[in-house]
Amino acid sequence: MTYNQNRSTVIRLIIVVFALILITKLFYLQVISDTYAKKSRSLSVRTVTEFPDRGLIIDRNGEIIVFNEDAYNLVVHYPFSEKKFNKSGFCDLVGMDSVEVEERLIKAKKSQYNGKGVFMKNITSADFARIQEGLFQFQQFSIEARSDRKYKHNIAAHTLGYVAEISRTELERDAEDYYDIGEYIGKSGLEKYYETHLRGIKGRQLYLRDNAGRLKERYVGGANDVEAKIGEVLPISLDVLIQEYGEKLMAGKTGSIVAIEPSSGEILAMVTSPGYKPEMFSMKNLSKNYNALLRDKSKPLINRAVNSNYPPGSTFKVFMALIGLQEGVITPNTRFRCNGGFHLGSLTVRCHGHAPSPNVGYSIQTSCNAFYCNLYREILHQDRFENIEDGYNNWKSYLDRMGLGQKLGTDISAEKPGNVPKAEHFHRIHGKNRWNYARIISMSIGQGELLLSPLQMANMAAMVANRGYYYTPHFIKGDSVPAMFKEKHELGIEQKHFDVVVDGMNKVMLQGTGAYVKIPGIDICGKTGTAQNPHGENHSLFIAFAPKDNPKIAIATVVENAGYGATWAAPMCTLMIEKYLNRDTVSQRPFLEEKMFNTEIKIVK
Amino acid sequence: MSEGIYGQSKIDGITLFLYLILVAIGFMAIFSSSHGAESFSLDFGTKYGKQLIWIAVSLTIGAVLFLMDVRFFEVFSYPIFAIFMVLLVLVMFLGTEVNGARSWFSIGSFRLQPAEFAKFGVALALARYVSDIDTDMKSRRYQMITAGIILLPIVLIILQGDAGSGLVFFSFVMVLYREGLSGTILVIGIVSIAIAVLTIAFGFVALIITLVILGAIISAFVYTNTRILRNLWLILAICIGFSKAVDFGFTRVLQIHQQKRIQVMLGLLDDPQGLGYNVNQSKIAIGSGGLLGKGYLQGTQTKGDFVPEQHTDFIFTSIGEEFGWVGSTVVIILFVLLFLRISFLAERQRSKFSRVYAYCVLSILFFHFLINIGMTINLAPVIGIPLPFFSYGGSSLISFTVLLFLLLRLDANRENELASDY
Repeated sequence: MTYNQNRSTVIRLIIVVFALILITKLFYLQVISDTYAKKSRSLSVRTVTEFPDRGLIIDRNGEIIVFNEDAYNLVVHYPFSEKKFNKSGFCDLVGMDSVEVEERLIKAKKSQYNGKGVFMKNITSADFARIQEGLFQFQQFSIEARSDRKYKHNIAAHTLGYVAEISRTELERDAEDYYDIGEYIGKSGLEKYYETHLRGIKGRQLYLRDNAGRLKERYVGGANDVEAKIGEVLPISLDVLIQEYGEKLMAGKTGSIVAIEPSSGEILAMVTSPGYKPEMFSMKNLSKNYNALLRDKSKPLINRAVNSNYPPGSTFKVFMALIGLQEGVITPNTRFRCNGGFHLGSLTVRCHGHAPSPNVGYSIQTSCNAFYCNLYREILHQDRFENIEDGYNNWKSYLDRMGLGQKLGTDISAEKPGNVPKAEHFHRIHGKNRWNYARIISMSIGQGELLLSPLQMANMAAMVANRGYYYTPHFIKGDSVPAMFKEKHELGIEQKHFDVVVDGMNKVMLQGTGAYVKIPGIDICGKTGTAQNPHGENHSLFIAFAPKDNPKIAIATVVENAGYGATWAAPMCTLMIEKYLNRDTVSQRPFLEEKMFNTEIKIVK
Repeated sequence: MSEGIYGQSKIDGITLFLYLILVAIGFMAIFSSSHGAESFSLDFGTKYGKQLIWIAVSLTIGAVLFLMDVRFFEVFSYPIFAIFMVLLVLVMFLGTEVNGARSWFSIGSFRLQPAEFAKFGVALALARYVSDIDTDMKSRRYQMITAGIILLPIVLIILQGDAGSGLVFFSFVMVLYREGLSGTILVIGIVSIAIAVLTIAFGFVALIITLVILGAIISAFVYTNTRILRNLWLILAICIGFSKAVDFGFTRVLQIHQQKRIQVMLGLLDDPQGLGYNVNQSKIAIGSGGLLGKGYLQGTQTKGDFVPEQHTDFIFTSIGEEFGWVGSTVVIILFVLLFLRISFLAERQRSKFSRVYAYCVLSILFFHFLINIGMTINLAPVIGIPLPFFSYGGSSLISFTVLLFLLLRLDANRENELASDY
């Protein structure tokens, strides 16, 4: 080989080396990196989404509560090219000046997600017709229809919850990648809990588009398209009649009413006050109302039925009696002395004047504090216990089975568990086992550390109504009730003991603290409570169920800072029961109804 | 006709086959990028219909070449060169402006780009001059004339405003290297380019500081040898002077938009919406092809017209998207086989004219191939030169065909040539 022929080899080598460089770079671009495949998809594929109607919500009698009204969003698709955009024509179409269009475009671009940004929300149907007609000239925009919530009965806002635009956090948490920006999702209450049931399945058609945003043929022949499926109807256990009635009763007061059907655990009514109307949180009203309600000092956004905890007060005595009977430390005829209260050294728990208690039933009827203070001693300090911890834990195990101090697990969120302290709590304060019943005596009469939500109180009424068990209270009804709501929770208290306390509760309504609110023809069992409130006036409490045999409704009412249980909570409960069982349009006790409707009770702190 | 005393050789089938297959794949790519998914119909108003005409014209011209006297081009190489240079001058006054460059003659609805054909003229002239028995590549005078043959068209084409087509002629350095050009000149050339790029990238000041420090470090090791020391600092001084010249030229002479364009070319500036838009779209199309591609006529970027100038300069994106890495590699391998074959043909020529001409063809094709594919994947600056046999357009296809077919003609006749190699 000559010198110059060597050079031909060099030239061939150069050619091969450069070709290898090209091939290597191509391998990186095409096989290793997936950036370009993603970019290609977002550039050339446009998803046309079809939003199905959200499911209706109907009450236990088939009455429609929530339905839909069409609402339209104008969305812009990215990449958006200003070059091919006839701005003045677009301004005319949407009826805005170019400054506003520009501002909205910037805002939409900032909030874009999956190649889409919302240009204009909740277009009225009049504007919709006009815009729809001219929109074909602006293929980078499209109108997406979705349904806004409307309320045939403007009630139960906290229970129903509301629907609103999905937040960024929710989008990031969306593991199945179902939602897109600008889409709506159940934010609270049943709308949130049963979101997948109510939303249906949105339809999706993928189209190829060109560089001017024009739609061409179906992407991969429509292989990835999804057909829309309408949201399912959600039947719930609420009774519109008493829910509406309860909200009227509670108007102007602070507190909550919860009513449950004992035989099923279905919640018949859940009233919280002060509240708001669900319509205030429809898509088009939400933004103007939300912040005002959030700032409102009376906290109308809180669902007090599940999210506020109160001492149960004397209503708890019913359960103390049941535990005592089951433990065998008392018989139905046990009596304890009451000298205007319970006295132990310097400790005094006062009691109101009443005739001496001849038996357990009478102690419930008269709500004798001394009886229950003594009973607590008997329960906690039995001979079989080595120390106070054993005794306390034995007592607490009953409360655990009643679902106290824990979330019941109903089908709306925001439940607060209430409070039943562990033995360790008192060990910490007094030293390990260096305390006795006297240190925690307040709990025997439903005060002190003991805290319950109104839902838990209503559920306790249901336990007594059922004579010893409950179903987790819930709203869902119909075929799709999950198994967890069909599971019977036993309290471990024999049925015969219930007969004793039920008799006592019945006497409360006949001769006792609730006598003046009895309803002719309905055999009610109830128990008043007046919970001391360190922050102000006493809370007025009442639990009840009716009728005495084969109960149809169990109910609890809390009226904050209202004084005696008998004055406010009891009449409200009985009015609710009357309405539910008789379904009369006119109450037999119009004076009572009037008083409840029209009284306002301010919270005094 | 010079009937051979050693008999007639045959046309090289391998080259012809590679040519035909590349043209066929190129046509498929143009069909895809200009056609969409509608059904095929033979419509000569479409891009692919026109390309079909150009293919027919090219093959006809190729056939005519085989009927002509093989000595014709060697004898008339200088006049042919002269004619093309005159055309390059004329087009500046009579031409039509397209994309900011006045480099097209319009005759009715046809447009011809003399710069494409000038490659042919320069290849002939260069082959003729270098192969001349009197030419001595070591003589300064001959070096100057050789440089002149290459630089004249470059200057003329750059004056038209088509820098990219002008740069192609620098590829003839490969020919000169094969024919004995001193390696020193190549090294100087490469170092100059490196200094120019580094100056633009890091600035004049940063570069001289680096160079001086480098010089000082080397000096510290060789401080006893004054001769090396003197040469070292002399070279450094020249480098610094050159860098300053580049810096001045870049910042003072060039307009801002030209500076930007160069910076984007060198990858110093990222600009997906402006100058880098084409490259970005090109990378998306190619990169989304994956291993096996989206399938012929199934490219979403190709169908959606996302890549600007796809049927001309960015035709490779259609291959990359629809046939993936495997398809791209196959095309590259076909080109490499063609190049190696041309190199093989060149070395088997007995006539020096034929050999030099063959290397001219190789260097032009290789430069186009390398820069064109390189720019679609952001490895080379976007200078707007076509991919041989693929890109849409009559001028380029005819020009490349003529270049290659004359080589085949010369090769077929090689047995009749007198050996003039040494």
